[in-house]
Amino acid sequence: MNTKIDHSLSLASPEPKGLSTIQKIAVAVGIAGLIILLLAVFNVDFPNRAIALTLSLILITIGTVLFSNNAYLTTSEGIKNDGVWFKSISSRGLLGWIAGVALTGFYIILYFYPQFLGQTAADKPNTGLIALFDPLSYLLKGQPASQWFVYGTLYTVAILVFGYKFLLKYRHNRYQQLRTVSVMFFQLGFAFLIPEFMQALNYPYYDFKNMWPLNYYFFYDWNINGFLNSGTVGFAMLLFGILSIFVISPFLTYKYGKRWYCSWVCGCGGLAETAGDSFRQLSSKKLAAWKFERWSIHTVLVFAVVMTIAVLYSYIGKNPEKSFMTKTQFVWGVVTFLSLLFAVIMIYRRNRLDKDAKFAGGAVLLTIVGVLLMNHFSEGNSIFFVKDYKLQKAYGFAIGSIFSGVIGTGFYPILGNRVWCRFGCPMAAILGAQQRLFSKFRITTNGGQCISCGNCSTYCEMGIDVRAYAQKGENIVRSSCVGCGICAAVCPRGVLKLENDQLEGRINSNEILLGNDVNLMDYVNNK
Amino acid sequence: MEHVVIIGNGISGVTAARHIRKMSDKRITIISSETEYFFSRTALMYIYMGHMKFSHTQPYENWFWKKNNIELRKAFVEKVSTENKTLQFSDGDTLHYDTLIIATGSKPNKFGWPGQDLKGVMGMYHKQDLDQLEKYAPNPNSCKRAVIVGGGLIGIELAEMLRSRDIPVTFLVRESSFWNGVLPEGESAMINRHIEQHHIDLRLSSNLKEIIADDQGKVKGVVVQETGEVIDCNVVGLTAGVTPNIDFLKDSNIELGKGVKVNRFLETNIPDVYAIGDCAEQHEAIGLRRPVEAVWYTGRMMGETVAQTICDNRIAYNPGHWFNSAKFLDIEYQTYGWVFAKPKEYEAQFHWKHSDDTKCITISYHKNDRRFLGINTFGIRMRHEVFDRWLTEERDVDYVIKHLTEANFDPEFYKKYEEEISLSFQNSQLQTT
Repeated sequence: MNTKIDHSLSLASPEPKGLSTIQKIAVAVGIAGLIILLLAVFNVDFPNRAIALTLSLILITIGTVLFSNNAYLTTSEGIKNDGVWFKSISSRGLLGWIAGVALTGFYIILYFYPQFLGQTAADKPNTGLIALFDPLSYLLKGQPASQWFVYGTLYTVAILVFGYKFLLKYRHNRYQQLRTVSVMFFQLGFAFLIPEFMQALNYPYYDFKNMWPLNYYFFYDWNINGFLNSGTVGFAMLLFGILSIFVISPFLTYKYGKRWYCSWVCGCGGLAETAGDSFRQLSSKKLAAWKFERWSIHTVLVFAVVMTIAVLYSYIGKNPEKSFMTKTQFVWGVVTFLSLLFAVIMIYRRNRLDKDAKFAGGAVLLTIVGVLLMNHFSEGNSIFFVKDYKLQKAYGFAIGSIFSGVIGTGFYPILGNRVWCRFGCPMAAILGAQQRLFSKFRITTNGGQCISCGNCSTYCEMGIDVRAYAQKGENIVRSSCVGCGICAAVCPRGVLKLENDQLEGRINSNEILLGNDVNLMDYVNNK
Repeated sequence: MEHVVIIGNGISGVTAARHIRKMSDKRITIISSETEYFFSRTALMYIYMGHMKFSHTQPYENWFWKKNNIELRKAFVEKVSTENKTLQFSDGDTLHYDTLIIATGSKPNKFGWPGQDLKGVMGMYHKQDLDQLEKYAPNPNSCKRAVIVGGGLIGIELAEMLRSRDIPVTFLVRESSFWNGVLPEGESAMINRHIEQHHIDLRLSSNLKEIIADDQGKVKGVVVQETGEVIDCNVVGLTAGVTPNIDFLKDSNIELGKGVKVNRFLETNIPDVYAIGDCAEQHEAIGLRRPVEAVWYTGRMMGETVAQTICDNRIAYNPGHWFNSAKFLDIEYQTYGWVFAKPKEYEAQFHWKHSDDTKCITISYHKNDRRFLGINTFGIRMRHEVFDRWLTEERDVDYVIKHLTEANFDPEFYKKYEEEISLSFQNSQLQTT
């Protein structure tokens, strides 16, 4: 029926409207910047690394700025999605696949083969790409660069330059502008500069906004020891980290939904919203994808919790003098906390949970509690049968590297820009559960104005079928919603609005929509 | 088991089917010759513009229909025999029904222009029109210019579509200002300027005389009635309104006017035969509405209503307060209640326009009792629920102006204009009294 040729795999220029001359020049300039980096990877020794690096980053920036200016400032303000599904890069065409493979390859090398980037043993000078970043690293913290410094720098540059592009693309939309400036600010300041300066001052590397369990190593012994060995400042950092988890984050999520973190603050979200913006439409909206998502993201959360309990348990065992509590107190504390949490949800919010969610939650709770108590009182060394460092290692490999890095970012051009946030991030799972159950946030549907066009669903990076709610006049209260606000922006009829409002009437469902016979609406909707 | 057959898988027919399924286990068959599955007609433009693929315009995944036991049939109904309750398809097959719902929608108007059936001439209504456009206007190289005839909602959408591919567009509008049969003067004038800013060659007070063919029977140009000017082009879009798509019923016993004649219960003159959506024509107009309403929302509402009647809860089609929406290039438009282009004798209008020329509102109220009658809003989103309530409560215009903030539906952090609007309203009142 749909006989239209799939343009995207064609090698000849299939776009009805290709790049303008200026855009082509801009792409060339940007690629020139990348080539300098690539030459460094292949160990081309630049006479002056500082100049080469500066030149590279400047070319990348100029290329992107030039491109964005030409693409957006030459047209009217408004939605700029023309040709998204014709462009090879944004419709899983050849360029999309090439970009996907290149990104995935980069992450594999970064995580598992950093020597190819020039990472050397501790006492030897860096080579290759990492050596190219040495001058900047010395400037910021007086130490040579590492693979993570290179990654952090490129990550920050990506958020800044693509953030600029996004700002121009949505220059008619203040919500989009503010939250983009926010992620750019938090990336540059909190994720990049502050931790580097702290290191220069001999404090532990700490990204204040990077919360457990996204920051899965927060409770690792080296991290805790790092805090505890840094006097009052270190202790304050530790305290702030714990407060973030149990007080600050629940409070903000109650007031504003999880968006305060996921699309205003978080670094993963920051990259997804800026560099990943061109790929948001690639997320699957199938019901099957949602079913998979519910299981995968909560499995990662359980994994993160279990691993962290094991790590802390063994830390207390090894460092009784530094701990606030004994192992027994810790075990009972965890059991009490988890049971209370589950009880509160079941007492106040059981009507909002599906049957399988209740059963799965209960089963996981029972298992964790059972295993904890059994192992603790049988005086075993490892609280979850497996040594904690093995759990740590498995989590770091499977979740920290493969899921969040290689798949999460490498697959942007194939599966969309929020693969990690949607299917894997344990932080998103916690914030999402709270957003669904205890938050004032919702996306309001404007009466009967929806025309079911599908722009909202198409451009939802989290794969939410927004239209399914909007066309029923139903508010969208989904745990996965990161509140990016793009659905509301692309809606041609002004149907959607992100709001924080009363808890009362937050979730509604209408069979007959506003605009029809009032008696009929009452008759059917209140039945 | 009772067999409900629905001709047409647009929003009206599909809404009816869904609601009947919710309330009953009747056998349901939806017939369409256009597409296999339901899609959102209003989204066709976004496929051509590359915002979406066709699959994105389908509100339900393909498994939905089988799961809900709604049979789909891709076929063209040639004849309806109400005597023996049978449909005859163009492929020779027949189908028996117990209850028939006609929901065949509209087709683009053609006013007998010479050349109106040439290759490269098309409307923009059906999926097939989109395929035609993709064929004849894939890019500016194949289509040096397109001419659009008819200045309504579909016309401006077609212009936006073609501009998204950099195809030059000439827009022939019969009226002296864009859509001024519906929009008050200030709004219509603002849209005129917006159209021109988008590099669309807008020709007001211009009619089509004829379409000229090349040797292969393809469009090569049009002649403008008023000036005799010949405009070279490769595509002509006919968007001068739509008429009910009911030709296949001509030989049936079903009473036809402009559309299929129905009473308030959406029943035709033949028992067990109903008509809903664009193709239905009320014997008498409901309130200030037109007898034929070719609007997405009314189609949906008729579907919701007729399903009740068919499931033994006979209920009249009784739409609430009028509302509608559209988007003119970058400017969104919503309307609640009635604001007339040429104010009725009882109607007073207050018009406010922002200095950036992309936002304006017109509020209509009763001259005598100051009762709020309706609002048009451009570039500012407003809440349906709030205006619906104010209309029901018969609030006066002063109340509406004072509480306008409550109705604001713009995204967070957007600039607010209520204060400016309120000041402007006070001034307008001083001048008139």
